[in-house]
Amino acid sequence: MRIDLTDTTASKVNKALVQGRRAIGTPAVGMVLTMVIVTDEENAYDSIKAAEEASHEHPSRTLVVIKRHARNPRDRHNSHLDAEVRVGSEAGTGETVVLRMYGEVAEHADSVVLPLLLPDAPVVVWWPVDAPDNPAKDPLGALAQRRITDLYAVENPMETLRKRQRTYAPGDTDLAWTRLTLWRSMLAAALDQARAEVTSATVEAEADNPAAELLARWLEARLGVTVDRVVSDGPVVTAVRLGTAGGEIVIDRPEGPLATLSLPGQPSRSLALKVRSTAELIAEELRRLDADEMYAIALRGEATEETPVHV
Amino acid sequence: MSEELPDPNAGENKATKEAKETRDAQEAAGTVAAEAPRTEAGAADGDAPRAQSQDGEGEGDGDEPPARTPAPAAASDWSNPLRDPQDRRLPRIAGPSGLVIFGVTGDLSRKKLMPAVYDLANRGLLPPGFSLVGFARRDWEDQDFAEVVHQAVKEHARTEFREEVWQQLSEGMRFIPGDFDDDNAFEQLRKAVDELDASRGTSGNYAFYLSVPPKFFPKVVQQLKKHGLADAPEGSWRRAVIEKPFGHDLASAQELNALVHDVFEPDQVFRIDHYLGKETVQNILALRFANQMYEPIWNRSYVDHVQITMAEDIGIGGRAGYYDGIGAARDVIQNHLLQLLALTAMEEPAAFDAESLLTEKLKVFRAVRLPDDLGRHTVRGQYAAGWQGGEKVIGYLEEEGIDPASTTDTYAAIKVGIDNRRWAGVPFYLRTGKRLGRRVTEIAVVFQRAPHSPFDTTATEELGENAIVIRVQPDEGMTVRFGSKVPGTSMEIRDVSMDFAYGESFTESSPEAYERLILDVLLGDANLFPRHQEVEESWRILDPVEEYWATHGRPAQYPSGSWGPEEADEMLARDGRSWRRP
Repeated sequence: MRIDLTDTTASKVNKALVQGRRAIGTPAVGMVLTMVIVTDEENAYDSIKAAEEASHEHPSRTLVVIKRHARNPRDRHNSHLDAEVRVGSEAGTGETVVLRMYGEVAEHADSVVLPLLLPDAPVVVWWPVDAPDNPAKDPLGALAQRRITDLYAVENPMETLRKRQRTYAPGDTDLAWTRLTLWRSMLAAALDQARAEVTSATVEAEADNPAAELLARWLEARLGVTVDRVVSDGPVVTAVRLGTAGGEIVIDRPEGPLATLSLPGQPSRSLALKVRSTAELIAEELRRLDADEMYAIALRGEATEETPVHV
Repeated sequence: MSEELPDPNAGENKATKEAKETRDAQEAAGTVAAEAPRTEAGAADGDAPRAQSQDGEGEGDGDEPPARTPAPAAASDWSNPLRDPQDRRLPRIAGPSGLVIFGVTGDLSRKKLMPAVYDLANRGLLPPGFSLVGFARRDWEDQDFAEVVHQAVKEHARTEFREEVWQQLSEGMRFIPGDFDDDNAFEQLRKAVDELDASRGTSGNYAFYLSVPPKFFPKVVQQLKKHGLADAPEGSWRRAVIEKPFGHDLASAQELNALVHDVFEPDQVFRIDHYLGKETVQNILALRFANQMYEPIWNRSYVDHVQITMAEDIGIGGRAGYYDGIGAARDVIQNHLLQLLALTAMEEPAAFDAESLLTEKLKVFRAVRLPDDLGRHTVRGQYAAGWQGGEKVIGYLEEEGIDPASTTDTYAAIKVGIDNRRWAGVPFYLRTGKRLGRRVTEIAVVFQRAPHSPFDTTATEELGENAIVIRVQPDEGMTVRFGSKVPGTSMEIRDVSMDFAYGESFTESSPEAYERLILDVLLGDANLFPRHQEVEESWRILDPVEEYWATHGRPAQYPSGSWGPEEADEMLARDGRSWRRP
């Protein structure tokens, strides 16, 4: 069910939510968190879809904050809020409120969002694009336990990475880091099998890939070796090589979702290592809502950033 | 222990070996088994400081002094620098290993095991090189087997089918045709295992899943021993996974355990009770011991009685051969319901590990007392013809392959008490049956009425007893029932329910019980598996009931689609109580 409200306020939205829930016959809900998506009109559709898919695993109230850009002075003065309340089958397993803000109210989005947060439940803010420079200090970011940014969605990832590193606060996390989980768990599993000291490491990836940089920093931090960054044709991360006394441990994914794992003295075997959808990434993000210390470590790394070696 | 797994294999072998030695010594000396866990915990503690220090450093500024780099290979205390307890995104991936399924053509294997293996692979929880070996009496090649698994996966897997995952998995599939008598086939199996070690790097770690009727257990286990398949090479493991029934009485259970333990170490034998793999069942422990609000009232001062129900709406189907002579009590009460009882009634375990859980569960089992007069406090029944959910069905005695004079119970209800400080005087009613009203499994903790009520009797006429109901299946979740004022001017109080549904608050995609259990077998995490002591203790509880039934009367008949025989209602009425309608 869908309720449209024009020129409205947060308390009217709250009323509409209760009304909507009653109308579909389930006045009680077991939602576990509030997800705030801050986006522009262009990215709203995909983000909402991803959040709805993720809500199958984490039923949530999704608040979509869309700041509309005014194109003339009249619009700029006419500050108002439009809302679209979706409950029931329209909104995954939770409820979704799309908030469109015009004019001055867009600068005070937190005043709209605050009354709409679920009581006592954790809050997650996700910026699919245009994340603030300092997420934790952002008025909306400050409401949240967890702040999700995406280094893939910025113009200059390496520079933004430096910014994130400077402004890191517990609770920050980035989808570029989430994308690495499969790689990292396979590397850890490979090392479980090889059981050897790693003496050198190489990460091969397309140029300026922030995930590859995070992976390299993580390896540096954990293994205490300098990681060579090699630029390949991509897509994304294509290979990781860990040198040991007995030979190289290689996970190679030249293309497609099937990678090859080679261990010294063992036959190579294939590994499913797919590039996951945004919904899956968000679902993984929502599984843990406390600070991700390992991301902080990877973000800082010990990295002395080097110019990539071209091959 | 389960959370921090620097290396699934490193400390474990040492710990289990030591524990085994102490246990052997204790058994020889006749000391109680309850002391064993402490020793094992102690042995495992040896690993803890390492994990701790890693922990501490992780919290710091992230600088990794060179000293942190791992010790040279082959040292037994080698820890994987890429793993860290704080790094909780990294899933628990099983170490290098393979799974051998006997009876791979069976229903369970096709509908549950193979899909679960695929789902695990799809979630990235199986190690690279994981191998699946099927053993059955079919004239198949590896490809035929792969085709069968492919079918099973496509039909029954929970997660979407992905070609690359399938490819990864199918490379490690082997099929061994043969009988359980066939020495040749087992020799072939041994070769296949060696070959997989070499070609897939399974490192000699194998779990043998006996998805076969119990009468074949001895044969298979003996063959595994004879062909050296049960002996783990240095630094690796061999595990046996068996399904119920674990015997049909205490003597046969002991016999079976002796037989299996002759070949596999007791702590390498995993008994599957798929109920324990269900999220809600694991949640009983979280509910009780992670919260403050339930435990204070979880005792005889507040609880009036507990009802544990497992009802099925189906009949015996094609299982006449297995079911007749076994019956509902042996099939369900002995394992599932007594396990649920133990989880509901046990004290807080010292830690969430297999040994501590075993200790507490055993304490409950040993404190369980049957009523003196079994005739008045136990009931058995057989479903008669009737209407079940709009369908006309036949009675048990008319089922194909059933002796018309059979006294096998398809419904069983028993009352037990638990003689300890927490539960003295609180009856636990256990019931199970086939062809009942609907399929449901639940634990209902029913509370006493308020000792005094300021409201007059007319106001509380419709108020029942408060209850907490844990629904195990279907629709996993929990309901709390309490009284609330009916809106209006007069004071009238009526029961209302507050509901927590698992499917709602967390995930449609919670894993299947078998996924969890297979992964735990590969990880060597025995928390969710009943140990042989538990099996034997539960037979000790049930045996007198079965003996009494064997010599007294016949099962009562109840119409299919009802909630059991009238005798069962009378049994509770005698105590001034009544069954919940689940």
